[in-house]
Amino acid sequence: MTSIREIPREEYLLPGTAACPGCGFTIGLRMALKALGPKVIMVVPAGCTSIIQSPYPYVSIGVPLLNIAFAAAASTASGIAAALEYKGDKETTVLVWAGDGGTADIGIQALSGAAERGDDFIYVCYDNEAYMNTGIQRSGATPFGAWTTTTWTGKREFKKDVPMIMAAHRIPYVATASIAYPIDFYDKLKKAKTYRGLKYLHLHAPCPPGWKIPTDKTVEIAKLAVETGLWPLYEIENGEFRLTGISKMLLDKKRRKPVEQYIKVQGRFSSMTDDDIKILQKWVDEQWETYAQLAKTK
Amino acid sequence: MAQTLVINGNHAAAYGAKLSKVQFISAYPITPQTVIVERLAQMVEIGELNAKFIRVESEHSALAACIGAASTGLRAFTATSSHGLAYMHEMVIWASGARLPIVMPVVTRAFAPPWSIWDEHTDILLERDTGWIVFMAENNQEVLDTIIQAYRIAENENVLLPVMIGMDAFILSHTTTPVEIPDQELVDNFLAQESKRSFILDPNNPITHGSLTYPEWYMEFRYLLYKAMTDAKSVIKDAANQWAKLTGKYHGDLIDCYKCTDADVNMITIGSPSGDAKEAADILRAEGYKTGVIRLRVIRPFPSEELRQAAHNSKVLIVVDRNLSPGIGGILLNEVKGVFQTMKKQPLVHGFIAGLGGRDITLQNFISMFKRGYEILEKDEEPGIEWINLRREVL
Repeated sequence: MTSIREIPREEYLLPGTAACPGCGFTIGLRMALKALGPKVIMVVPAGCTSIIQSPYPYVSIGVPLLNIAFAAAASTASGIAAALEYKGDKETTVLVWAGDGGTADIGIQALSGAAERGDDFIYVCYDNEAYMNTGIQRSGATPFGAWTTTTWTGKREFKKDVPMIMAAHRIPYVATASIAYPIDFYDKLKKAKTYRGLKYLHLHAPCPPGWKIPTDKTVEIAKLAVETGLWPLYEIENGEFRLTGISKMLLDKKRRKPVEQYIKVQGRFSSMTDDDIKILQKWVDEQWETYAQLAKTK
Repeated sequence: MAQTLVINGNHAAAYGAKLSKVQFISAYPITPQTVIVERLAQMVEIGELNAKFIRVESEHSALAACIGAASTGLRAFTATSSHGLAYMHEMVIWASGARLPIVMPVVTRAFAPPWSIWDEHTDILLERDTGWIVFMAENNQEVLDTIIQAYRIAENENVLLPVMIGMDAFILSHTTTPVEIPDQELVDNFLAQESKRSFILDPNNPITHGSLTYPEWYMEFRYLLYKAMTDAKSVIKDAANQWAKLTGKYHGDLIDCYKCTDADVNMITIGSPSGDAKEAADILRAEGYKTGVIRLRVIRPFPSEELRQAAHNSKVLIVVDRNLSPGIGGILLNEVKGVFQTMKKQPLVHGFIAGLGGRDITLQNFISMFKRGYEILEKDEEPGIEWINLRREVL
């Protein structure tokens, strides 16, 4: 693991973004650009990043960035990656920075296509678990029980498991990450960069207005998601599954905090009943049985 | 030396792309466009053409990939038809807003339901307000020649707009005719101008493209797009004239005037049906009728001035629409009417809806349509809209 002292001081996410106070994924974006910059071309579909990069004529990102339509991020990146290859540019990394709506829902077709073709870029999904840019509507990545403006009494379906869907494409590198563990994310990006083909990273990133949490609790709550097992940290390198960081310890059920601790501190889960929490706890425990199997089959 | 091959329109389109030395191709198959990209895939695989080819999973992605490649500075190409074009519509708008010189043949085909793979112009005409330059070719030679011209036009720094070239499903795409293939060197010289792009993604010169833009800025971007479209007219004319000088092939500039200047009744057409219209005009001329054809070679920018000039002596204009805008009629009819609205002495403008979903429009039909023009004139009838070859007995 990289030490904090080794993280580059250069900043490519510049001051003066239009992000909300306490925005989770900007922590991740800052880290991602440190890990990959400055030879990076970013592709951004519609989402919070379309706004936080600052409105014209202002710019808050120090690498070239192409905004593109919601469904088109991965295919646009395919075109850029192919163009770089045509030009003989082996240094520049293409980075897609897309939200969960643009990834789990509208963008998944293009993403799946690019994965199947093995197009050479890094795709990061920053997952704030709803369509936050349009005002907190449910996405395929919204968790069970969460209030959104289109699930007033709490979503009844479970979160779509996009990292595993991507792993099923047998791409060289898939990883999950959390903004509460930025160095883990940093290292995973560094590793992703060493592979050719499509690399997929799924970054869990709280959204204070969308999750109804205080703006100074972003990191704390992101950390709770990992500690309760609701958000496992792992990587799948050439098909080999490996839990990373604190998640390595959580295979032991007793070491996982109850999901209730994560649920109770967020306004978006306020309509969840005790039974709902039990349902969610059971779902998490089942997920971990799968992870245990995957970790063993190594 | 230029050589003549007997090829179909799809092959002509592929040769046009090859001669233009496109560097990036991305496409999804759709009947009847498939052959264009099959042929290009082959050219790339056997090393005839040095380009990257991405076989995407949808038309939306095909154009998105072209946008990515063109944003990185490459000469990009794709092709589509009908539902494919409708599916990529969002990216069609994006490409022109981003001012990217992408070229795309559109094999014009009807929409479902009911399914139809045959000819109709509604698909391409629905894209006329997206900010693309829109051509309609009359024959296979023009398909090839226009694709090459299109890159010169699109990459002109006063234009920087994408171009689509319509070619009638099966009538051009699958019909073989002799096509003259110009020398590569000639095409290289024709396209030699240095292209200054509106932007290029380059880590050495980081820029952000396509940011959110507040109301105090957005309109200016739109005005610049509008202005580029207007400025494109002279660039299109120049490309057509230069190409004619080099190859002897001239298909008209924005319009193709066939015996139109002294005609009493002019027929306004687009695409391949124009050939039959011209033949009908000849037959009627031999009988003493003063008939002509004005083929709109370019639909955007709309050749309003050119049309006014070409038709200012006409008494009647017959507009043949192989398309339908339910609730108003033919799309071209209404565009043409608008052009003449400001003239003191206006010709009568009468429309026909014809050949939807590939139904044949016969030479006899064109002759009758011309004659209807004379009848309207003689009987002092109100012009309107008629449907040709509609089987009313089954309705």
